[in-house]
Amino acid sequence: MDIVVCVKHVPETAEAELKIDSTGKNIEKTGLVYDINEWDDYALEEAVRIKEKQGGTVTAITIGTEDFDSTLRKCLARGADAAIRLTDPKFQGSDAYATAKILHSIIKNLHCDLILCGLQAGDDGSAAVGTILAQLLGVPHATMVKKLELCTGTAKVNRELEGGLEEILEIKLPALFAVSTGINEPRYVSIMGIRKAMQKEIKVLGLADTGLTEAYVGEAGSWLKTEKLYVPPVEKQAEFLKGTPDEVATKIAELLKSRGLI
Amino acid sequence: MEFKLNNEQIEIKRAAREFAEKEFTPELALEYDQKEEFPLGLYKKAAQLGFTSMRIPCEYGGQGYGVLEDCIVVEELCRVDPGLGVAVSLGNLMVPDVLLRHGNEEQKQRYIPPLAKGEKIAAAAFTEPEHGSDITRMDSTAKKTGDEWTINGAKEFITNAPIADTFIILCQSDPNAQPSHRGQSIFLVEKGMPGLEATKLHGKMGIKPCVTGSLCMSDLKVPDANLVGELNKGFYYTLELFDGTRITVAAQAVGMAQGAFEKALNYAKTRKQFGQPIINFQAVSFKLADMTIKIEAARLMMYKAAWLYDKEKPNPVATSIAKAYASRVAMEVTDDAIQIFGGYGYLADYHVERFHRCAKITEIYEGTSEIQKLTICNYLQKQT
Ligand SMILES: Cc1cc2nc3c(=O)[nH]c(=O)nc-3n(C[C@H](O)[C@H](O)[C@H](O)COP(=O)(O)OP(=O)(O)OC[C@H]3O[C@@H](n4cnc5c(N)ncnc54)[C@H](O)[C@@H]3O)c2cc1C
Repeated sequence: MDIVVCVKHVPETAEAELKIDSTGKNIEKTGLVYDINEWDDYALEEAVRIKEKQGGTVTAITIGTEDFDSTLRKCLARGADAAIRLTDPKFQGSDAYATAKILHSIIKNLHCDLILCGLQAGDDGSAAVGTILAQLLGVPHATMVKKLELCTGTAKVNRELEGGLEEILEIKLPALFAVSTGINEPRYVSIMGIRKAMQKEIKVLGLADTGLTEAYVGEAGSWLKTEKLYVPPVEKQAEFLKGTPDEVATKIAELLKSRGLI
Repeated sequence: MEFKLNNEQIEIKRAAREFAEKEFTPELALEYDQKEEFPLGLYKKAAQLGFTSMRIPCEYGGQGYGVLEDCIVVEELCRVDPGLGVAVSLGNLMVPDVLLRHGNEEQKQRYIPPLAKGEKIAAAAFTEPEHGSDITRMDSTAKKTGDEWTINGAKEFITNAPIADTFIILCQSDPNAQPSHRGQSIFLVEKGMPGLEATKLHGKMGIKPCVTGSLCMSDLKVPDANLVGELNKGFYYTLELFDGTRITVAAQAVGMAQGAFEKALNYAKTRKQFGQPIINFQAVSFKLADMTIKIEAARLMMYKAAWLYDKEKPNPVATSIAKAYASRVAMEVTDDAIQIFGGYGYLADYHVERFHRCAKITEIYEGTSEIQKLTICNYLQKQT
């Protein structure tokens, strides 16, 4: 089973103090710590586990500058066999569509039975690249995958739906799956893994290798344009629960349940 | 000159950091700080990932890196928690080092791989109740009869003594040698040999998950095959060992300082007094600036000593400079961190007082700071 995993190198924004940069369309990135996108981390782990069970190869692919190599090296250290980085100044400003186009241009020429990506990226949260890529490749796909089981020629996946529902689909391979966090427990990077990763090469490709023209990539090839990015004003809204401790506990439980949190 | 880690070292640093951040949870750190127990599960986990055998060559089951890479790992582990960090990383430091340099092939094959893999734990016993800084004479004696040695004596403050499987013990093998340090030898001893008894020490100020104990050797019989290296060279082997391991202690100190500093910086940004974050007060922000300066200097000294060790040759002066300075910085920075936390810093639940308690050990073991200064002074006196 040959698997391609799409990964992104994103700033860790969950706990950082974010500021909007001077363009008003992006966050101020200086001082932020970058790492593999959390969802992609699970996708990579899933791919490596499949490979360890069934044999085959795992290729990690990303679009980005040299800094992104650290995420690729992490993938290699965790068990990926090959890594590809697509880079070109013209790729700057690509939306999900243009990103999928660029990935598609390379992945279509790779042999793969399975394409895995994270459900979404922690930075823009658009959750669209996987779906568009599947369309471009002409393969079936499923999103929000929290369990993946391979059969002969097909895969059975569990999808996590709203309200605590779960759906099982059987899908023909090759296929693309966008995985949720929690599908597995990503392993730690080991020192042995790092040593191996350092011996593997990261293949760097540019616009010319994609066979695309400038019109299809970057802002020119994007269908969406960011108008403004801002921090919404803080609203003070809090609901105070009243009653005996037992009553309050019941209300909290109901609230959590109604939002699908438990 | 290049002031940056290479990609491989950056990956090592990140891997160690991620491991420690996930595994050394604040709750676990507090629990082990209270119960004074060795975190065996954590040690094994860290070992399986290679973090505890950085300096052991690949052919003996280790990772084949140098002191610098080891220090990078140790700094990150101690940055997240000083107690668990030291406990996990200290065990494999000394015994493999001595064996690799002076052990015969059979000793290396037999004793190093299980340590590298985390299946066994080691202890290195030099200090005695009456001989700490001055190990030029040992009260523990080794007498030879036939092809066997009989060891008698006591060792004090031995890291891992109560849980170790493999020991090296420095003994006076020739009581009449002049000067006495020319009559010392190192022996390999295994747990369970009749005549070897370990007792756990309680009530340490810090690094509580790293267990310490005393050893009592009474008519402990050791085969001649367990002599490490040459007879009567033990003292020299010990000093040579410290040239490297003291850099690792500097790395512990830098990690502890860095960890406490980061906590203090965060706290200073969020704690408000007089209507503003306390970091706005220069008395607080300058403290943070001073902490930054000291940590940076200490880290560079540690890197330099490690770099010299790996790339050129061990440099005892650079090592002593790094250890003496980094350990002092660790004390000062962890103290400042408590101060920035105010009353909360005095509470265990805020996780800075533990850093201060742990930092103190770095000024004591593997040669006190005074002994580091002696090394530096000896060098200065020889300069013309
Ligand atoms: C937690 C812990 C773990 C340890 N682990 C190990 C271990 O694994 N193996 C091992 O062998 N040992 C170990 N030690 C022992 C440690 O190395 C010694 O405690 C240390 O070397 C100091 O020796 P001492 O305690 O006998 O102090 P002393 O040597 O009695 O020193 C007392 C004071 O006098 C000062 N002093 C001594 N001589 C001089 C001098 N010439 N000039 C100026 N000042 C001087 C010292 O700096 C110190 O301040 C450990 C100790 C501790 C606390």
